[in-house]
Amino acid sequence: MNTEMMFFGALAGMAMISAIGVVAFRDAIRSALCLVVNFFTLAFLYFTLNAELLGITQIVVYTGAIMVLFLFVIMLLKVSGPGSLQEKPEIKWFLGGLCGLGLFGAIASQIMFPFLKSENAPPVEGWGSPMNIGKALFTQYAWPFEMASILLLIGIVGSILLAKRRI
Amino acid sequence: MEGSNLLLPGYLSVGLFMFIVGVVGVIVRRNPIVIFMCIELMLNAVNLTFLTFARFRPSPALHDVADPQIYMSGQMMVVFVMAVAAAEVAVGLGIIMAIFRLRQNVDVDEMNLLRG
Repeated sequence: MNTEMMFFGALAGMAMISAIGVVAFRDAIRSALCLVVNFFTLAFLYFTLNAELLGITQIVVYTGAIMVLFLFVIMLLKVSGPGSLQEKPEIKWFLGGLCGLGLFGAIASQIMFPFLKSENAPPVEGWGSPMNIGKALFTQYAWPFEMASILLLIGIVGSILLAKRRI
Repeated sequence: MEGSNLLLPGYLSVGLFMFIVGVVGVIVRRNPIVIFMCIELMLNAVNLTFLTFARFRPSPALHDVADPQIYMSGQMMVVFVMAVAAAEVAVGLGIIMAIFRLRQNVDVDEMNLLRG
């Protein structure tokens, strides 16, 4: 039980608890705040995986941009609060939980055992650094990168089209 | 080293757990915004799994060079998943806003506009 494992355990516990909070809270605002905590913890998990640039991107893109978008839409729609969209305790919560447990068992039993015996690979120097990611992104992955930018452009145009009352 | 062997299954378990919580959330919740949050949860779980596999790749002795450029595919995949997730959220929340304007109600259990 070394320091690395303890650090990982704390982060993993926080990530799991906040992930449960996203589903379990009835109020959409509380779910969103749990999701912020989850994404932040996930960024630190990326740091522990030596992917520094992606951890920072996670904080900027997810906890910064996407969660603000979520909170804005919750504010505009007034779906949280008294008298609106109550989540009732139903049979489907039980069935959904059962379905999740079954899926967890099925996937875990298939993938976990081969990796229990795997050896720990030492990290490659500069694997998550901005220089190496930029070099790969603009040379070998330049074509998918351009495709992603076109996709984002279409997303911008589409969301404006959907959100405007009259063009 | 006993402890370090358990890190790879540990990260995979966190990813799997978050993915399953997202699936359950999509099944049981009725608020479409929370359903979108659960989809984000699933995408992030997959990102974590990609990064885990990219970090704990087979040891560099197999390739006899420790050039980081040959291990970049996992991180590139995460970058593109983030881009697609951002586009998806923008369009999806726009659709929710449009439906809310049409129906004044966003309960997914009562949406049957497409029913034949």
